[in-house]
Amino acid sequence: MNFKLTEWNYVKHMRTMFLVSTAIVVLGIGLLFFRGLNLGIDFASGTRVEVLTEERVSQEEFTQAFNDAGIDQEISSVQYADEGRLAYVTFVGQLGQEEVASVKTAFTEQFGNDPNISTVSAQVGRDLAKNALYAVAVASIGIILYITVRFQFSYAVATVVAMLHDAFFMIVAFSLFGIEVNLYFIAAILTIIGYSVNDTIVTFDRVRENITSYEKERKIRSMDVYESIINKSIQETIVRSVNTVITVLVTAIALYAFGAESIRSFSLALIIGLFMGMYSSIFIASYLWLLIKRTTINKKKDTPVTEA
Amino acid sequence: MYKKGNIAIFAIIMIATILLAVFSTPWVVKNTNLGLDLKGGFEVLYEVQPLEDGDVIDESAMNATVRAINNRINVLGVSEPDVRIEENNRIRVQLAGVSNQNEAREVISSTAQLTFRDVNDNVLLDGKDLAPRGAAIGYDPNSGEPVVELTLQSAEKFGEVTAEIAQLPEPENRLVIWLDYEEGDTYEEEIQKENSKIVSDARVTSQILSDKAIIKGGDITAESAKQLADILNAGALPVKLDEIYSTSVSAQFGQDALEETVFAASIGIIAVFIFMLFFYRLPGLVSIITLVLYINLIMLFFNGINAVLTLPGIAALVLGVGMAVDANIITAERIKDELRSGKSVLSAFRAGNRRSLSTIIDANLTTLISAAVLFYFGQSSVKGFAIMLMISIAMTFISNVFISRYLMHLLVSSRLFDKRKGWFGVKESEIREL
Repeated sequence: MNFKLTEWNYVKHMRTMFLVSTAIVVLGIGLLFFRGLNLGIDFASGTRVEVLTEERVSQEEFTQAFNDAGIDQEISSVQYADEGRLAYVTFVGQLGQEEVASVKTAFTEQFGNDPNISTVSAQVGRDLAKNALYAVAVASIGIILYITVRFQFSYAVATVVAMLHDAFFMIVAFSLFGIEVNLYFIAAILTIIGYSVNDTIVTFDRVRENITSYEKERKIRSMDVYESIINKSIQETIVRSVNTVITVLVTAIALYAFGAESIRSFSLALIIGLFMGMYSSIFIASYLWLLIKRTTINKKKDTPVTEA
Repeated sequence: MYKKGNIAIFAIIMIATILLAVFSTPWVVKNTNLGLDLKGGFEVLYEVQPLEDGDVIDESAMNATVRAINNRINVLGVSEPDVRIEENNRIRVQLAGVSNQNEAREVISSTAQLTFRDVNDNVLLDGKDLAPRGAAIGYDPNSGEPVVELTLQSAEKFGEVTAEIAQLPEPENRLVIWLDYEEGDTYEEEIQKENSKIVSDARVTSQILSDKAIIKGGDITAESAKQLADILNAGALPVKLDEIYSTSVSAQFGQDALEETVFAASIGIIAVFIFMLFFYRLPGLVSIITLVLYINLIMLFFNGINAVLTLPGIAALVLGVGMAVDANIITAERIKDELRSGKSVLSAFRAGNRRSLSTIIDANLTTLISAAVLFYFGQSSVKGFAIMLMISIAMTFISNVFISRYLMHLLVSSRLFDKRKGWFGVKESEIREL
């Protein structure tokens, strides 16, 4: 590294980063529209059977095994993990209580392990998705209120837009790579929402402090001053931002690499979200705040303000 | 030259923390309630349907259903079942550590509506006429086959019913005992079926002045007779339960998930320790001590409120470590700033503490808001995650803000480090002269 994090000019690159982000958001909307999300059975409906086997079992063999258990539904996919010893078999229909029982009995006999079976009806899936949206909305409002009380409305708007940006990026990433979206994904998004705000707050806290100490001497009349304050504040908090991301990232990577299969996509979502949280609090939230300040400064005095 | 007492107190706290960790861990391991994703079990979401047209599913019907389900779970002998009502007409049942999941699901959802009817399907007696614990396994004195013996509350009432039937001409003089009669079922049809809901259709030729009746049949085994008797004693379900969501985790999967994730958690936490020590030196050491304390306190508290540890809960604990250490990082960075500006160790420590506190509070409270929202809207294992996140945030203030600051205060005010700014992660070359 031949530049120092604490001496870099962040404001200079904000506009570019902001345009890049906007472009990705537009592309992301298109991606979601055409490609959609790989919804797990939690959100769609259907059945997933997780089987631990001695060796890889082919789809035909699974079809046969299900037929033997008296289930004649068509398997929609079989995915493997753990060198083929762990198989996820999904199909569109639901299994009733007796069918679950017969699959469990038959599979335990045939493969030597009791399978995990989840089955979800469409109604429950819809409710879950609805709840998730409510959760994000309620959390956003709560955070806006809190920041407005503790800081100012301008900080609140910038923080929440940056936070929604992060959540959206996680969704786009999952769509792009076709990773299954399940119940844990919602938990990951909400964690990142909390984290992203946390990150932005630390920077804004310094911005507020620097503005107060500047205004002790004279009033801020130009955007240049705001820009240099933002730059200074980021430089002062960047080491903390990076180090905190590293510590949380290290734990999330450990969970991803060594943790149980079922929280792997959760950990991946966190890893993506953590990067986005740091990036957006530096570039997106700060830039938005500057934009808001510009409109208020322009309103206050009629003289035009020089462009950055 | 320096205050040895402070260093001694610091050392005592450090050793006490290590001892706490060593001695509390076996207790925590033994007493933590594991969720069904960690020890196997199942979760079923039932939608409650009326048994007969016109039945209303109201609050009292829902409560009665939950009571009946709880009674049945007692039959199974499962510890810590979780049965709760959701959205007015749904009931979520979570059972962890069930050895026979198939049996358990059947026991919970079979309605077990017992009715005594005549051949024209008119109800004469029902499950409410059964004496408390009125069902028991017995053996047919003639064939020796297992049967279920029913004891009724009132021999008189049974006498009246049997007298009525005895008056009817052949072949209508039968007392038909049904299990789970549904509207539309008729005696003529059902009696022809192989797996009939009719468990007895004894001919009655004279009044029976007794309070005993018997259920027998070809497919009743000692085991199923016992199960049926238990279900009848637990009380009938006043409603029909439809499974709309279910998930089951086998004990083996749960065990593997637990081991893998605990291993992953340990790696992650140790990596954080190494990073902190390397980057922040003395404040790093303090953060490690407080993190060990933090993890212990969380687990003890978690046990204290009898919360259930789920897989996402472990993930939250691990993430919490990363976030808790943020409080140390914010403070340590502030102290570094102050040292670089040329302040003495003691005044840099004071200024750093003061200036970082509001940042830490704002940053954690916003996370708390989203954790609370997650708790309110989340279901089952996600709720476990949210609880852990909230406890983590609360503990962060205790261990990584207050205790951490106290420990730093001990070290700084011992004056041992007055000339050793490098121990705070600051290079001599970075320090500006005042």
